[in-house]
Amino acid sequence: MLNVKNLSVSIHGQPILDGLNLTVKAGEVAAIMGPNGSGKSTLSYVIAGKPEYEVTGGEVWLDGENLLELAPDERAAKGVFLAFQYPVEIPGVATMTFLKAALNAQRRARGEADLTTPDFMRAVRGAAASLKVDPDMLKRPVNVGFSGGEKKRVEILQMALLQPRLCVLDETDSGLDIDALRIVSEGVNALRDAGRAFLVITHYQRLLDHIKPDVVHVMSKGRIVKTGGPELALELEKNGYRDYSEAAA
Amino acid sequence: MAAVQETVDRVRAIDVDAYKYGFVTDIESERAPKGLSEDTVRYISAKKGEPEWLLDWRLEALRRWVTMTEPTWARVEYPKIDYQDLYYYSAPKQGGGPKSLDEVDPELLKTYAKLGIPLVEQEILAGVERPRVAVDAVFDSVSVATTFKAELAKAGVIFCSFSEAVREHPELVRKYLGSVVPPTDNFYATLNSAVFSDGSFVYVPPGVRCPMELSTYFRINEKNTGQFERTLIIADKGAYVSYLEGCTAPKRDENQLHAAVVELIALDDAEIKYSTVQNWYPGDAQGKGGVYNFVTKRGDCRGARAKISWTQVETGSAITWKYPSCILRGESSRGEFYSIAISNGYQQVDSGTKMIHLGRNTSSRIISKGIAAGRSQNTYRGQVSAHAKATGARNFTNCDSLLIGDQCGAHTVPYIEAKNAETVFEHEATTSKISEDQLFYCLQRGLSGEEATALIVNGFVRDVLQQLPMEFAVEAQKLIAISLEGSVG
Amino acid sequence: MSVHSLNVKTGAEAALAQQFAALSPSEPRRAAFAAFERLGLPTRRDEAWHYTDLRARLTEVAALAPAPDAARLEAARAALDVLPRLGGMRLVLVDGRWAPVLCDAPPSGLTVVPTPDAPEPDEAVVALNIAFAEGALRIGLPPGESSVEIVHLDGPGAIFSRLEVFVPARARATVVERFEGATGETQRNAVTILGLGESARCDWTTLIADDAALHLETRRARLAGEAALNDFALISGGALVRRQLDVGHQAASAKIALSGLSLLDGTRHADTTLTLRHAAPLGQSREYFRHIVADAASGVYQGKVIVSPGAQKTDGAMKSQALLLSPTAQMNNKPELEIFADDVVCGHGATVGALDPQQIFYLLSRGIPQREAEAMLLEAFGAEAIERVADETVADALRERLRAWLKGRAA
Repeated sequence: MLNVKNLSVSIHGQPILDGLNLTVKAGEVAAIMGPNGSGKSTLSYVIAGKPEYEVTGGEVWLDGENLLELAPDERAAKGVFLAFQYPVEIPGVATMTFLKAALNAQRRARGEADLTTPDFMRAVRGAAASLKVDPDMLKRPVNVGFSGGEKKRVEILQMALLQPRLCVLDETDSGLDIDALRIVSEGVNALRDAGRAFLVITHYQRLLDHIKPDVVHVMSKGRIVKTGGPELALELEKNGYRDYSEAAA
Repeated sequence: MAAVQETVDRVRAIDVDAYKYGFVTDIESERAPKGLSEDTVRYISAKKGEPEWLLDWRLEALRRWVTMTEPTWARVEYPKIDYQDLYYYSAPKQGGGPKSLDEVDPELLKTYAKLGIPLVEQEILAGVERPRVAVDAVFDSVSVATTFKAELAKAGVIFCSFSEAVREHPELVRKYLGSVVPPTDNFYATLNSAVFSDGSFVYVPPGVRCPMELSTYFRINEKNTGQFERTLIIADKGAYVSYLEGCTAPKRDENQLHAAVVELIALDDAEIKYSTVQNWYPGDAQGKGGVYNFVTKRGDCRGARAKISWTQVETGSAITWKYPSCILRGESSRGEFYSIAISNGYQQVDSGTKMIHLGRNTSSRIISKGIAAGRSQNTYRGQVSAHAKATGARNFTNCDSLLIGDQCGAHTVPYIEAKNAETVFEHEATTSKISEDQLFYCLQRGLSGEEATALIVNGFVRDVLQQLPMEFAVEAQKLIAISLEGSVG
Repeated sequence: MSVHSLNVKTGAEAALAQQFAALSPSEPRRAAFAAFERLGLPTRRDEAWHYTDLRARLTEVAALAPAPDAARLEAARAALDVLPRLGGMRLVLVDGRWAPVLCDAPPSGLTVVPTPDAPEPDEAVVALNIAFAEGALRIGLPPGESSVEIVHLDGPGAIFSRLEVFVPARARATVVERFEGATGETQRNAVTILGLGESARCDWTTLIADDAALHLETRRARLAGEAALNDFALISGGALVRRQLDVGHQAASAKIALSGLSLLDGTRHADTTLTLRHAAPLGQSREYFRHIVADAASGVYQGKVIVSPGAQKTDGAMKSQALLLSPTAQMNNKPELEIFADDVVCGHGATVGALDPQQIFYLLSRGIPQREAEAMLLEAFGAEAIERVADETVADALRERLRAWLKGRAA
């Protein structure tokens, strides 16, 4: 589903990704692990289309679509979803309003009709209940005054509502206590589906205890340096990233 | 009631006795005749053996000045100054310019020792290596000594008195003098342009990082004398220099006028860090005497990625009128202003900065901490503006005021002007008194009211103190405690 | 400072003198005009007019609008019929004159009477108002609750109006003031003197949605102890708009909230300048202004909070935030504090910037297109100011104006 070919990216003239190759198949949960500064978050932002990153080489394909040619909202409509490491606060915009605008914008882009308000409310309430998000919270402005755990739960709620094809989770476990981690993971697991792919970016193994990956990629200095099964994550947990930092050097 | 009486006594006791630099040096001086005229200007210029062009430059400024009126927009009040009742030139009688240290009048050396300014090139003291600081000492109207000149010359750095620069490096002086603060700039700067006597000159050549801190120490000694120094600092491409300035004056009942001009020029990738600890005599507890400090300081980031940083600790002067500014002309250049202004007694402070964004992607930062005690008035006045072409301009301003006692005033007057959409300006300001909770906490731990206040105030100004070179920071911290003495009951 | 030391009148100043000479006014009006002649039109050298040089901008003076005749009143009635109501009793001024035939019958306790009284002509705009307005209208609001909608229905010409409004002790008043009907030929000068009795509360919302060439509005409000004023203004029209507010309290524990939203496009210029005077202890003030500035428009906010000696325990907070939407848009902010009492907590903040790219990206990443994302953020930005309006009907109408303005811009 996702095909990243020889991708090189820099920000403010500083190279971050250096000829990265990665394939994620439909139905697959792929984990990307790596030390801080290896370029994991950059990869997630480039897939989503954040403006200040400059692609200096390579391609990113989502099935038949060349993602690099699309604006961020067009990518979203094609099914790309990024759960942000640091969800952005938007004062004054009620979460509910925001969710409805996003959902309908994507439907319109795909030539579908807007969801009626009752249908929308039903969908939101369902998703909120399963993620233990207090419906009152959705009346508040997007991410404003939310705790770290609440922000992450609302990210997954958006994912459940928007039903993307490719879900990129950027350090979703950071700042979560064990209960929140379990709730978020259950939310993710409930969305696992033969037609959907997950790219789970994490520094630590513990998220992968809850979201079992099919494949684990190790990233270092802007490239994938090793690929293996779930056992690779356990090995990293034991030995740390030292070997990989050197391997890539 | 006993406590009240105690407070009253204490406040009475402090006033000027806290000013430990108030002594007078008994030294014979020669002065220009009283008053201001073309003759005065010619006298000063002749004394310094100046070239014709500089005399013309001064005379032009004087002609301009007589058509100007003293500005009234600042929140300061003082009786009208009789500019004809002042001396415009005073020098220790011993003749001309700076000389080797051995030849300097011992009386002068004693003065500076008393002020804690070492005019000796001691490098190792009792086996401890101290950071070295080159000093240019200006006494009334002339520079009396400059240390470490030889060593600086090795690095290619020119550090000398202004008069010497006119003689030895006329091409540099002529090129840069008045290029940041034109002789027509404002009433005081124009006056300075006509009658400036001496000051410091610094030139750091391309790519050179000045090997030590440079410092000028200004001292007004003579009665009824205005001090009009002129400082010009040029950091050529890729150069770096850190410059410190200190000031004191004797206790006198009359007001002394100080109208200096400082011009900084930073070319491509150059950086100038300019720090001031201003401790001119503030006047006595009744507001009598003290220095009128009417100063024009401006830096020009003329080259790309140039950086100019002003740090000031203002505790002295009866009146301070001073706005060290940055013209951010070069692309991606940066200006900074860090200020602590403390006023007590009857002091009046109207100080702040201007950040004029002209080039693209320029940035500036302003941190101002004002502390008003006694019957003083303390005003922050600042301007941040982005020209239409200054896309990507950024400013962050934080100005906080602290009030100690209910007879003083703290004022904030910012002008924030954005002329293009790609500007991000953020400004925040607060005014409050010292938190009762913090005070109580300190008192409960055994600190006295004054100690607790000094401690809290030091915390309040910490962001700015951190910008000062180490040796100055310690001095400044002590100064803050002294200037606030008696402000709490 | 002698600003006009040359004493040369501008064309506009000369025209005003001519217009005034043709009137046969009362002595106080003559005194007011004499005061104006001494002061002259304000220039940028007057600190309070630093960013709006009225003397330079006012090049032509409109002819004085005549008192409305029967036909004019009929046309006004038709216009009022289609103007949805936003408050209770409707009080109408046509071309600056009270039009009783178009007003609702006042409820018991509410009085409306003409008065020749005038404030001191201590400022040029106020002096002009006193000189040219044919007296003022005194509105006494009833005890208890009341709701009034004041409609200024103005046609072309120079229009002067003055209101004196008093809210008695413990009363609670809601006032909506609307400026309607003005065109590019309208030059308006409106003055409101507002008094609040002890523990009175007043919510006053002003809507400037019409399109005057010049809109000068002066508001002076004085609060008694424990009174509360909540003042809001929406500026969404007018080529040159100046609102000047002077609000203060002489007795303890007053609460003052001044807020507003300016929507500026084209080459409009809107200047909000306010002075807030805490002259007694325990006062609270909140200023909250937002400005959306597009095209080649320019916004000005000058706010000065003065805490007098003895006004201890004052709690003041002021905020002015602007979004600039075009490379040629301009915003000038001058938030000022002048504090002479030590036991206070006062702060101000000002920001100027463009829409936050992080927020835009977050919305885009959820599939919301650029224009929609921008509109969403702008609406949220404006709506946060409108939140200060207590009356929901009025707030809804303001939000509707905001949406319409945003839509008009997008089109």
